[in-house]
Amino acid sequence: MQLTVAHLKRGQRGIITDVSSIYIPLKLLEMGCLPGNYVELVQVAHFSDPMYLNINGTHLAIRKETALHIFIEIL
Amino acid sequence: MSKQINVALIGNPNTGKTSVFNALTGLNQKVGNYPGITVEKKEGICKLPRGVKAHIIDLPGTYSLNASSLDENVVIELLLNKNDKDFPDVAVVVSDVENLKRNLLLFTQIKDLEIPAILVINMADRMRYKGISLDIPHLEEQLNTKIALVSTRKKNGIVELKELISNYKDLSTTPCMNASEIDREYFDNLRKAFPNQLLYKLWLVITQDVNFGKTDRNEIDAVANFKTKTKADLKRLQQKETIKRYQFINNTLKKGQTIDLNTAKDLRIKLDRILTHKVWGYVIFFVILLTIFQAIYDWSSVPMDFIDSSFVSLSEWTKNGLPEGAFTSLLAEGIIPGLGGIVIFIPQIAFLFLFISVLEESGYMSRVVFLMDRGMRRFGLSGKSIVPLISGTACAIPAIMATRNIENWKERLITILVTPFTTCSARLPVYLIIISLVIPEGRFLGLGYQAMTLMLLYLIGFGAALVSAMILNKILKIKSKTFFVVEMPNYKLPLFKNVVLTVIEKTKAFVFGAGKIILAISIILWFLASYGPGDDFNKAEEIISTEYANQNLTEDEVNEHVASYKLEHSFLGITGRAIEPAIRPLGYDWKIGIALVSSFAAREVFVGTLATIYSVGSDDEETIKNRMAGEVNPILGGPLFTFASGISLLLFYAFAMQCMSTLAIVQRETNSWKWPILQLVIMSGFAYLIALIAFQLLK
Ligand SMILES: Nc1nc2c(ncn2[C@@H]2O[C@H](COP(=O)(O)OP(=O)(O)OP(=O)(O)O)[C@@H](O)[C@H]2O)c(=O)[nH]1
Ligand SMILES: [Mg+2]
Repeated sequence: MQLTVAHLKRGQRGIITDVSSIYIPLKLLEMGCLPGNYVELVQVAHFSDPMYLNINGTHLAIRKETALHIFIEIL
Repeated sequence: MSKQINVALIGNPNTGKTSVFNALTGLNQKVGNYPGITVEKKEGICKLPRGVKAHIIDLPGTYSLNASSLDENVVIELLLNKNDKDFPDVAVVVSDVENLKRNLLLFTQIKDLEIPAILVINMADRMRYKGISLDIPHLEEQLNTKIALVSTRKKNGIVELKELISNYKDLSTTPCMNASEIDREYFDNLRKAFPNQLLYKLWLVITQDVNFGKTDRNEIDAVANFKTKTKADLKRLQQKETIKRYQFINNTLKKGQTIDLNTAKDLRIKLDRILTHKVWGYVIFFVILLTIFQAIYDWSSVPMDFIDSSFVSLSEWTKNGLPEGAFTSLLAEGIIPGLGGIVIFIPQIAFLFLFISVLEESGYMSRVVFLMDRGMRRFGLSGKSIVPLISGTACAIPAIMATRNIENWKERLITILVTPFTTCSARLPVYLIIISLVIPEGRFLGLGYQAMTLMLLYLIGFGAALVSAMILNKILKIKSKTFFVVEMPNYKLPLFKNVVLTVIEKTKAFVFGAGKIILAISIILWFLASYGPGDDFNKAEEIISTEYANQNLTEDEVNEHVASYKLEHSFLGITGRAIEPAIRPLGYDWKIGIALVSSFAAREVFVGTLATIYSVGSDDEETIKNRMAGEVNPILGGPLFTFASGISLLLFYAFAMQCMSTLAIVQRETNSWKWPILQLVIMSGFAYLIALIAFQLLK
């Protein structure tokens, strides 16, 4: 199964391998959500939604539905 | 004539553009630690060395030149329209030293537009704390630009920045990288089709729907031959472009920036572990709100009492000190009590603004957005709607403007429509005075009943906003893509100066804004209350003296009867009694009715209006509150402000749409009259109904 950001546990890190560009808004890519960059799950709200991430040094929160389209390799 | 150059401040959200703007122009635009504080173009003037004058333009933050929300469009439309009177001669790109990598993306795009650009690296005071060091000459060379290392907090680098701006002619306009490499063939064709146009500008126009001025758009649409790409293809190309830009930036920073992680300290992790916690996060948020309400009560009662009694003395002094006449009584009975009705609330309003400002400056707002997003979504709102809803407790107008950074139009529209339900500071005076009249002073578990009632009213406001959002979410058939990204800024110690300035500025705006309306209304009211038609008004003395002829009244008592008889038969009284049947079922008399009607201009005039009505013709000088407590219900006898009529009034004000300025701003932001009219009718109708039910049940 392909792992996505939604699979990360709190404190875990991964490397982004791919993002499905149909679902991911350009703005997120521009904030650094790109293949090769690292992503860390800082904190989750109830039902892991939204997710508070550290992507390549940028701290941001996205909804789970978006996180499901960012593919990663867990470190 | 000295010449003037246009300087635009551009950069990612929350990098300190407005702080730089304030440092350059000496103005005090609002600064806050939340991405999306500035949503409109703001302008100011700065004097530069060698007699150059600069026209500085502060812009909303944007992550890139590909706009995804309304506030970002402002920037792109300005940069792509050479004919705009504000088109910049030089772009000052403000970046945050802690997020340099991401900030440089926008910088490389602006370089591609071949606009002379200066790079400001702001927040330099944080470098040591974060273990960051920079090789400025290397960066300048790689990026083809001049760099100013600035700290607006420590006031460093501003002089150097001014120097750089005044030498803007020396800046290179060569791009620092070549983005067209992502698809050579496509871009070559494009260049051939439009040899006179800037390639990157073409690309921006092709890939998005912003309004760039008709001519450009039509010209490009006319030539069909490059429309060979589907939307998905274009998006893939944009992705490639972004990767390409990041490659360049990473290479540049590899040598240009070093970060020593050992010295880097991070307060964020520790704080966020609690503040965004699944349980503690909410508990803390609730405690913060509770503290705010308690404080608004406890801290401001002393200055309030002082202001109240001062206005009474002022009124008395005017009456005794000035020669008798119409002007003196207009002053003493109309204007002074009317203004007193607003000035008395300055302490509370200031405390409210203080708390909001601290929440915004500390970076906590984004955490609340994070905590609330899931809950808010259930109501068709976005986590970002919480910011308008919270800042709506100050005033709905900036709150509605703050919705501009919500990406999704449906969520944004719903937020705009429901924000007026939140308890704005104009409702506060009404609440405070009525609560103090009808709610007992006791305490329960250390919390005053009065403070708790106030908190309850705020919750009712939020509740009404949420429920109506849910209904709107069901009714409105608007399809728009949902997507949600919010940046979580670093925590910052609120800058004392910023907080104080915001508080003063906003309180001033509140007092003067309301003051103007109140001045006008209290003058009108005084005239209407002091003159009347026919014998009833003009022969009041005779009528009263015959009516009470056989009851031995003292002179004072006679005067009182005459005054109230006159008031009742004045123009104001006649109008008031005409509307009385409509409001009697809610437990109000005609005087409250007049106050209610004048509140449709702005709610905060309620207390002032009552103060003016009550003081016309009366001799004894009393505080507003005592006067209200002394009012007698004309039908039932007993005090007019009872628990039942008080609650009914509170609820009426909680729900009714009584603010012209809000309606105007809703019209502007939604670009239609339909929404504000619906708001006015539905909210006020609902308010009437609820107030009616409450009074009938409680009386
Ligand atoms: N430590 C530090 N903080 C700064 C500095 N300059 C600005 N800030 C803080 O950074 C935050 C954002 O500042 P603003 O000037 O509102 O930023 P902006 O770029 O105008 O933000 P938006 O209008 O939301 O895009 C505020 O909390 C400022 O107090 C600085 O030099 N050092
Ligand atoms: Mg700003």
